[in-house]
Formats: sequence, structure tokens, C-alpha cells
Amino acid sequence: MEFFDDGDYELREIQKLEGHTDRVWCLSWNPKTGINGVPPIIASCSGDKTIRIWEQSGPSQSWRCKAVLEETHTRTVRSCAWSLCGKFLATGSFDATTAIWENVGGDYECVSTLEGHENEVKSVSWNECGNMLATCSRDKSVWIWEVLPGNEFECVTVLQGHTQDVKMVQWHPRMDIVFSCSYDNTIKVWWSEDAESENWECCQTIGESNNGHSSTVWALSFNVEGDKMVSCSDDLTLKIWEANTLRMESGDGYAPWSHVCTLSGYHDRTIFSVHWSREGIIASGAADDAIRLFVESKDDSIDGPSYKMLLKKEKAHDMDVNSVQWNPVDHRLLASGSDDGTIKIWELASTSTEMTEASTESTASTASTEKKA
Amino acid sequence: MVSGLINANPVVYEKKERRVRSASDYVDEYAVEPIDQQEVFDILSASLILMPVNLTIVIVRYTVMIFERSIRDIKDPEHPYSLEELKVITEDAIEVNDERSYVRVTFTPTVEHCSMATVIGLCLRVKLMRSLPSRYKVDIRVAPGTHATEAAVNKQLNDKERVAAALENPNLVDMVDECLAPTYG
Repeated sequence: MEFFDDGDYELREIQKLEGHTDRVWCLSWNPKTGINGVPPIIASCSGDKTIRIWEQSGPSQSWRCKAVLEETHTRTVRSCAWSLCGKFLATGSFDATTAIWENVGGDYECVSTLEGHENEVKSVSWNECGNMLATCSRDKSVWIWEVLPGNEFECVTVLQGHTQDVKMVQWHPRMDIVFSCSYDNTIKVWWSEDAESENWECCQTIGESNNGHSSTVWALSFNVEGDKMVSCSDDLTLKIWEANTLRMESGDGYAPWSHVCTLSGYHDRTIFSVHWSREGIIASGAADDAIRLFVESKDDSIDGPSYKMLLKKEKAHDMDVNSVQWNPVDHRLLASGSDDGTIKIWELASTSTEMTEASTESTASTASTEKKA
Repeated sequence: MVSGLINANPVVYEKKERRVRSASDYVDEYAVEPIDQQEVFDILSASLILMPVNLTIVIVRYTVMIFERSIRDIKDPEHPYSLEELKVITEDAIEVNDERSYVRVTFTPTVEHCSMATVIGLCLRVKLMRSLPSRYKVDIRVAPGTHATEAAVNKQLNDKERVAAALENPNLVDMVDECLAPTYG
């Protein structure tokens, strides 16, 4: 992990992508693009019921919409996620279905539609191997699907436990553990101890009583090592969690997550999205139209890790920021999607000292990093 | 459950006399006029004068539909008064900060268990969404201590994902549109 000094960076807007006619809810970079001469690709989904595929190409290296996937979902498309192989895109919609799209020579075909949730599907996530998919819904459940040959999907289990709608579901980056966060203010961790992944159960519930959030938890993300997690909430805070995942990977049973610190006072409206880059930078996007970046601070390592704001980008969009996603290949690239219907591609760039002071000064006086008790 | 009034004897308050907006001799039509408290109140009250009547009819009809009762059972609308006369909304309960593009509306349901609170709140949000510039952030809240499930109602009204999903529900949209219908025109 690189070490970031105070105020040497800025977010430069590279391009604004316009085309959606309603709010942009979610973005996903195709992990197999942007390398080996393959132009980078990002998918976006929207309240306009469509998914758009954008590609950076041509002599100008500008971003263009390559495909609009429509007439499959009949309501808002809330979530999209590429499989690790970059061949499949899963999309979850308020129409209660999840669609699987296959990239066939640049054309996208809907090869499967997963039905089962009672109402709005709010999030979809592939596991690291790409052989399992998790979905969650306002029906309070999390479904785990197994990918079978011939684009068949079989529901392995339905996980019940949340008392309100489940906002996001996310696989751990190294192990088959599922994390879900909810309108019921909790994060739940689901795991199957046996190798066949048949007996899924809730191993841990992180709520307000154990340093968790006091309102809806909207999103979570992991660092590249998978031993730390960040969550964001309607309670206007970001929380960092850690677990001894090495112990768990060596087969030593479930390793519980514990609270490291709470970042509060940075955003003044609901934080909808958080994403941890492979270089260790946490990006957050919120209803205050702003994007914030945080890094681990080395100043205060006696009590364990603490985090500081690297920079803030006020007015990143004209309206709420719903999704922030770091490019998995080019670590300087960040994409954001907003209620204003646009997607912006940003570059994290070094800047001169003079410029730095203007763009990163005045960490709000109320802002604080609260250490664990 | 449907035939009885939720609040049979509402307290009716006198309507506040409107301030007359001062019209200057020279009107610069390109000047950016900041939005103020009275303007938001006017959007809501002028628009909602007829709302309770419609709201009640619509809710009764909706409830009847749910319980598969005949539409003939509908009695008179609950109250032929405006939200202002019932003090559901007062000008003082609207906080506007044009510079920060922020509006907060605090409304007072007529009774503690008013089942209309969520619907009134949704109508208020939709009306403001359609009337104010998109840069505005809107918070809608039930007045503290006026509703049995205050926190739950507030949380739901301010969760934009739930609001977005609700507004894709044709039944709910019909209901909201019918409530707001007299306000456009």
C-alpha cells in the first residue's frame, strides 16, 4: 500500500457521460478491460430502466456509449455487477428479477432471468470464482445462486434474518462469505462452514449495540487483503471494521469482525456509496453531492490504525452521488454516478502545493475520527 | 374500519392572512429570485387546499379496494378543510435556505395514529419534487411527538430508494396524482 501525504492530490474530471434519462444508481467496471489492449468498459444502470455500456476508445480516447440494454427490466435497474471473467453482467431491478447478460462479440444478450424475490431486487454480487451470485431485496431476504452449465442458475439457499429491506449484498474478496446491509441498521455476515456450501447461516450481526450504525446501512466494501471492511450509512458516518481473516482462511473457524474506528462529520447528508481501492484509498459518495477520499493515517499508530481525509470534492455532481467505483486496473481512475443522470470519470492526480491548499483545506471542525472504546 | 372517520372532530383553525408580495416598479425578469419560506408554503398550501378532500376519497377508495369492499360504501370525505386549516402544515413549520438549496417541511398529523401520515408525506414530497429546482434537498418530517410511529414514518419518507420504488407503483402514483390533481390547473 502506498503512503499518501496530506494534500498532494486532486480529483480531475476527465469526462461527463450523458445518456441516461433518470438517476444513475450503480456503476461497475469490467475487470477484464483496460489491460492487454482491451479498451476500458464500465456499465451503469438507472431509474430509466436501462443499462448502458460505456467504452473508452477512438483516437481521442473519449468515453462513448456502446450499448443500451433495454426492454428486459420493466422498472428501475438498481444494481449491476460484472463477473470476474468480465463475460457476464448481472443486473437487479425493482421489477423483482435479476438478469444475466452475456457479452457475445460486443453484443449483449440476456441469457437468463432469475425470479424468486417477492419485490424489488436492490443489489447483486458475484463471488470471486464467479460460480456463485448473491441477490437481496426489499423482501428482507438474501438469495445465493449457483451458476450451472448452460447459463442455468439454481438457488442454493434463501437467507432470512434481516427485519427490513436489504440494501446491499457483497461477497468477501477471498472467501465465500456474504455480507448484507440493511434498512434495519445492521450488517449481517453469512457463511457456510462445510465445504459444500450447503449450511449457510448468519455468523454475526453488527448492530448499534456493538459499535454499528444507528440508521440504514447503504453499502460496504473491502480492502484488497480482505481483512478490513468499510461501511457507510444514513447516520452520516463511515465505519471501519477488521477481522483475522488469515486465521479463517487457514480453516480455523469463523473470525468475527470488530470495530476499528468511525469517520464522522465529513458528509452532512446520507452516504450512499463507499469503495476501497486496491491502493488503499476509500472513496465515499453522498446525498450532499460530494465525494470524499480517505486513507489510513500513519501518524497515530499506537492505538491501531486511524484514517484521515485525503481530499474532498464538493459539488462533484449537481445532485446526490449514488455510486463511486475505483477502476480495478488503472488505480487512479474513479467513476461516480448521480441523481443528475450523469456519470463522471475522475482521475486522481498529483497537484502542486499551492493548489492543494485550496482544494483540501478546512476539514470540517466537527469532523472526527472516533477510536474504538 | 373504513366507514368510521379517523378523526371525527378535527380542530379547525382560521386561515392565516396572506402577506401581499411586494411588486417593485421595475421587474428584472432575468434576476434570480431566491426561493423563500412563503413561496414553499404557497406551493404546498395553495396546492393542498383541496388535498384532504381528495386524499380522503382516494384513501377510502384505496382501502375499499384492498378490503374488496364495494365502492358504494364510501361516505362523505373526512374533512372538507385544507391542510392549512387543520394545521397539518403551517408556514412556521417550513424551513427554507435558498443559498444551501435546502427545504425542511414538518407536518402535524391530525391525530396521533393518523394512518394518512405516510401518504400526506409522500404527496408533499412529490409536490416539492415537481415544483422546486432539482438542486434542492428536501427533508420531510412529522412534528416531534405528534405521531405514534414518528421515527418509522420519517425514515420511510426520507429513504429515496423507497420513495422511488413507491412512485413506480401504479396504484400509489394514481393515489398521489389524484390527491395533487386540483393543485395543477
